[in-house]
Amino acid sequence: MLIYLPIAEVAVNALLLLGLGGVVGVLSGLFGVGGGFLITPLLFFIGIPPGVAVATGSNQVVASSVSGVLAHLKRKSVDIPMGMVLLVGGVAGAGAGIFAFNWLQALGQIDLVVQLSYVLFLGFIGLLMAQEGVRAWRRARRPGGPRAKRHQHHWVHNLPLKMKFRASGLYISVIPPVAVGFIVGVLAAIMGVGGGFIMVPAMIYLLGMPTKVVIGTSLFQVIFVSAFTTMAHAITNQSVDVVLALLLILGGVVGAQIGTRLSGRLKAEQLRILLAALVLAVAAKLALDLLLTPAELYSLHTTVLR
Amino acid sequence: MIRLLALMLLLGALPARAETVVAGLSLDEIGITARFDGSEVLIYGAVRRDAPEPDGPPLHVIVTLEGPSGAVTIRKKNREAGIWINTEKVGVAATPSYYAVASTAPLAEILDPAEDVRQRISVPLAVRAFSGPLEVEDARPFTEALLRIRAAEGQYSLAEGAVTLVEGTLFRADFRLPANLVEGDYKTRIFLLRGGIVIDAHRAALPVHKVGIERMIFVLSRQNPLVYGLLSLFIAVAAGWAASAAFRFLRP
Repeated sequence: MLIYLPIAEVAVNALLLLGLGGVVGVLSGLFGVGGGFLITPLLFFIGIPPGVAVATGSNQVVASSVSGVLAHLKRKSVDIPMGMVLLVGGVAGAGAGIFAFNWLQALGQIDLVVQLSYVLFLGFIGLLMAQEGVRAWRRARRPGGPRAKRHQHHWVHNLPLKMKFRASGLYISVIPPVAVGFIVGVLAAIMGVGGGFIMVPAMIYLLGMPTKVVIGTSLFQVIFVSAFTTMAHAITNQSVDVVLALLLILGGVVGAQIGTRLSGRLKAEQLRILLAALVLAVAAKLALDLLLTPAELYSLHTTVLR
Repeated sequence: MIRLLALMLLLGALPARAETVVAGLSLDEIGITARFDGSEVLIYGAVRRDAPEPDGPPLHVIVTLEGPSGAVTIRKKNREAGIWINTEKVGVAATPSYYAVASTAPLAEILDPAEDVRQRISVPLAVRAFSGPLEVEDARPFTEALLRIRAAEGQYSLAEGAVTLVEGTLFRADFRLPANLVEGDYKTRIFLLRGGIVIDAHRAALPVHKVGIERMIFVLSRQNPLVYGLLSLFIAVAAGWAASAAFRFLRP
C-alpha cells in the first residue's frame, strides 16, 4: 500500500513505515532510548531525503517517549526533579548544538562529523555497557562474589548547589546533571537524535542513578529535547513530514507499550547486554560504511528551489 | 556566400514544412494525492499534410517529457586517512528533475547530431549541466555520475522504438511517471523528423501539483511553520497518550 508523503515528496509503502515505527518503538520502550539513532539511518535507507528523515525522526521520538514515559510514570520509575535538571542543560545544549550544526554545514563536512560521532559514541558506549553488563551478569550467576560499591564518594560530591533526588536516592550537586544534559543536548542536535542512548549510560555511570529510574527519567527529558528539535526543524527548514511522522508514530507508540511491558520482565543485566549489542551493531555498520570502498563514489544532493 | 548557401538549404527544406504535427495528451494535469503511486501519460497525435506524403527519407517521431529544473550538488568521495569522505563537489545550477525521450527508432539513425545540439533532444544534451565556477579540474565524470545515478533511479530515460507510428500518420508514446515526482510544470515536445532534421515541433505543458490534503499539509508547512510544528507535536503527544491509555484499558 503506497502512500505519497507531502514533504518528503516520495511514495513509500505505508505498512513498511508502520513496521519500522513498531520495531523502533519496542526498542524505545525496552531501553529508554527515543530510537532516533535507529530511525534516522533506517529512513535514509528506504529513500527518504536526509533532511526530512532527521526532522521527522525527532517528531516520532516525541511520540514514543510520551507513550513510554506514561507507562513509567504509572510504575513510579521517573525521577521528575532529576529530569527537569537534566532538561535545563539539555535545551541549552541543543541550542548550542544547532549552532554548531549550521557552522559545520557551512564547512561542508556535516555528514562526516555526524557519521564519525555516531561511530565513536556508539562504539565507546556500546563497549562500556557490554563490559559492565557481562560483569554484572557473571556476578548475578555467582552469588557471594564481591559486589561493587554503588556509591563512590569522590570530588563530584563536594560541589555546591546540592539537591535531593528522592526517586534516585541521591543527594548530589545539580552541576553534574546540568553538564551531562548540556553535552547530550549538543550531541543530540548535531546527530539528529533524542540522545537517550548517550543519556542512559551517562546517568548510570556518571551520576550513579539506579537503573530502575534511569529509563523513565531519560524518556522524560528526551520528550522535551526532541520537541525542541522538531520545532527548530519545522521553523528553520520546513522538513518535518507530518504524514511520515504519523505512520511511524502509529507503529511506534504501540511498539513502545510492548517494549515497556517487556522491560519489566527482563533483568537489568540482560537489558544492558542487549542494548550494548544493538548499539555496537549500529556502530559497526556505520564504521564499515566509512571504511569500505563505496559502490558509487558520487552522490547527488538536491537543493529544493521553488 | 555561406549565408546564401544556408538560405538555399533552408528554402530547399521548406516543402517539407507541408507536414505539421497535431497532438494531444491523455491528461490535462496530474494531481498528486495521498494514494499517488506514479502516473501513466499517453501522448498521441497525427501528422497533417497539405500534399501527399513526399518521397525521400522516412518520417520519424521523437517525443520528450521534461520535469521542472532544480539545483544539484554532485559530490565525490575520496579516501582520506583510511576513511571515505566527500572531498570534491560540482554544483549544477539547473538540471531537469525528470527527462524521458521516446522515439520511433534509435536516435543515432534518425537524429542528426547537429540538430540534437540545436534542439537539445537526447538525454545528455537536455540535462546538460550549467556549471557554476568549477572547483575541480575535470567536471565530466561528475556530469556522467549525474546521468548514471538519475538513470538508475528512473528519472532519466531513453526508450528508442517506444513511439509507434501507424501508416506514417498516427503516433502514440506512453510515459510512466515515477511516484517520487517533483511538483511543477512538465513540458512535452514532439518532433517530426525527416533525414535527421526536425521538420516540425509541437510543445505542450502538463502541470503536476499536489491536491487535497497533500496540498493543505504542504502549504501549511511553508506558510505557517510555527503552527505546523505545533500540530506535529500535538499529534505526537496525543498519539503517545492514546496508545498508553489504550494499553491500560486493554490490560488493567
